[in-house]
Amino acid sequence: MRRSGDMFGVMSRNLSTSFPLRPARVHEAYGSAAPVLAAVACGQVEGSLFWITENWLPERLNPLGLSTFLDPARLLTARTGSQIDSLAIAEETLRDGSLGLVVLETTRPLNLREGRRLQLAAKAGGTPGLCIIPEGMGSNAAETRWKAEPLPSLESRDSTLMRWNLKKNKSGTLGAWDVRWDAETRRLHVVSPAGE
Amino acid sequence: MQRRVACMWFPRLASDRALRLRPLDGPFALTIRESNTNRIHCLNHAAEREGLHAGMPLADARSFCPEVLSAEADPEGDTRFLHALRRWATRYCPWVGLEGKDGLVLDVTGSTHLWGGEAGMLTDMRQRLLRTGLSVRLGIGDTRGAAWALARHSEGRAAPGAPLAALTFLPASSLRIPAETAMALQQLGLHTIGDLAKAPRAPLTRRFGPELLLRLDQALGQQPEQITPLEEPPHYGVRISLPDPIGLTADVMALTERLLRRLCETLKTHETGARSLCLTLRRVDGGSQQVELRLAAAMRDPSRILPLFERGVGEVDAGFGIDQMRIEATQVEPLPVQQLSHSAAVQTGQIEDLITRVGTRIGLENIQRFVPADSHIPERAFHSVPAAWSSPESGWSAPRPRPLRLFPPEPIAGSGTEPPRSFRWRRIAMETDRAIGPERIAPEWWLEDEAWRSGLRDYWHVQTRQGRRLWLFHTPQNPGWFVHGEFA
Repeated sequence: MRRSGDMFGVMSRNLSTSFPLRPARVHEAYGSAAPVLAAVACGQVEGSLFWITENWLPERLNPLGLSTFLDPARLLTARTGSQIDSLAIAEETLRDGSLGLVVLETTRPLNLREGRRLQLAAKAGGTPGLCIIPEGMGSNAAETRWKAEPLPSLESRDSTLMRWNLKKNKSGTLGAWDVRWDAETRRLHVVSPAGE
Repeated sequence: MQRRVACMWFPRLASDRALRLRPLDGPFALTIRESNTNRIHCLNHAAEREGLHAGMPLADARSFCPEVLSAEADPEGDTRFLHALRRWATRYCPWVGLEGKDGLVLDVTGSTHLWGGEAGMLTDMRQRLLRTGLSVRLGIGDTRGAAWALARHSEGRAAPGAPLAALTFLPASSLRIPAETAMALQQLGLHTIGDLAKAPRAPLTRRFGPELLLRLDQALGQQPEQITPLEEPPHYGVRISLPDPIGLTADVMALTERLLRRLCETLKTHETGARSLCLTLRRVDGGSQQVELRLAAAMRDPSRILPLFERGVGEVDAGFGIDQMRIEATQVEPLPVQQLSHSAAVQTGQIEDLITRVGTRIGLENIQRFVPADSHIPERAFHSVPAAWSSPESGWSAPRPRPLRLFPPEPIAGSGTEPPRSFRWRRIAMETDRAIGPERIAPEWWLEDEAWRSGLRDYWHVQTRQGRRLWLFHTPQNPGWFVHGEFA
């Protein structure tokens, strides 16, 4: 189907070397399952979470849907007027150090200066950050960049089969994994890719 | 020292206040709605001269005097005004209480000489009140009762030491007794206080109860009576004036810290915390700049509040320098002291500080948290409320799988009650692989909601061949297909 054969070798690599997102760094995710990746990442950290979006975006997080990943009471959302505000708040919250994860949804590309400032803030506060970016608008300063796409699954109704493709990794190798979220145990399962 | 009590009575408090705000000539009356009739509550002198009186229905008053102007009475505003007057009256003595709804009582013992004696003080009061447009009747006597009687019935001064002398010829109704008692006394031939004082006490008590003689004794000083001054509300404002103007941010912050420390002392003694603060910087050229700070939680810790001012102070234009600073807690909330324990989380409050800091940039209302709500309508099953005015709530439960993201319904082409086999959504062609449903959700008819005008909705969880899992709904009463959300 869509998978190229050479990826199977990479896929055997352990997801755990790169997935609970490396702390004190800013990561990026894109693709239509990127919000799911962000939700999974939120569920894997302790403490309060901050989710920054711009107020003109029509999409809204649904806490009931989110509750399979984490307790929505831990989440704070910020709605900003522009990306400048979003970036300023992301910097402030990353630097503060009292949060578990800061998720930032961007709508235009970050330049190197902006990306670098976020990295410095994350380093100062020791907080991981995750930018949900439109495809192809990543910043060179990002620690890792993930492409997350849903996969059709043949089994049960609430399946959350996704393909996570690590497209960029500053300190490690790339890879791709088919993953599924288990809502019962709140765990991420890596599943072996379906054969053709 | 002989106790001296002054009484101020404002016979037209409400209408005087209304006319102070909007002066006009001619008859004027304030009305109040009582048992379905607009009755006159208070009226000015010109209206009284036309033969109107308080308690008269407005319709009658109009027929007597067609040119009367009227407005709605505002009893709460009048009460606030009386409290303001009470505060003003503390210029004469520190011991000022309220007397009914339209009077003040002042214990002026030992403070009259400051105005050159009692007569001088009464003149001063009268002049100042007249200048503000308030009509006032003043009385001064040895007791509260005597002062009240004089203010109401014959303005003037009772000589110290002889209360009965000034009251002898005042009517019995000036004893603060109910109107029926006064009427009954008149029928008995006891017209004045002098008559009453001479009458035998036992039959009076038997007939009218102890209250009448208590009032008489209070007026004559044989029974004590208290004046209750109101407590001053705590004032949460501190200021500092500088001999030389300053302009450096560091200097302003250092002084802000000094002011905050004083303010927080006050907050601590009253067990309150500031919710919003206003720092006013007065410049040498007379201009002033304000830095407002709204806090995400009530707090009174200067070391926590100070860094939150940094952003605001940094934006201030000091001009030729700042020579006066004032900080005021414009909104305070009760904040009782709490038992600290080593097991409690040490970092509590850090999130609130963060919210405040972020809130100074995008507005405190834009930082929200989700709280569950009791509704089966997907977009009303939760509320987004400002985090600064709410606390985290648990109790999240989704009866059925719900999408991670919701958006305003986006129409797609489709017909029939089953999800379309293939459709285009956001310019992407999709094919339905599997559809689970329907889940019927009925609108909440008791709430007006534009989005749910189309009636019932049958929701389907659609797995597309392209991978995306969408939440589609069909409106059977108003056929159409829409995409409402996307699953994880």
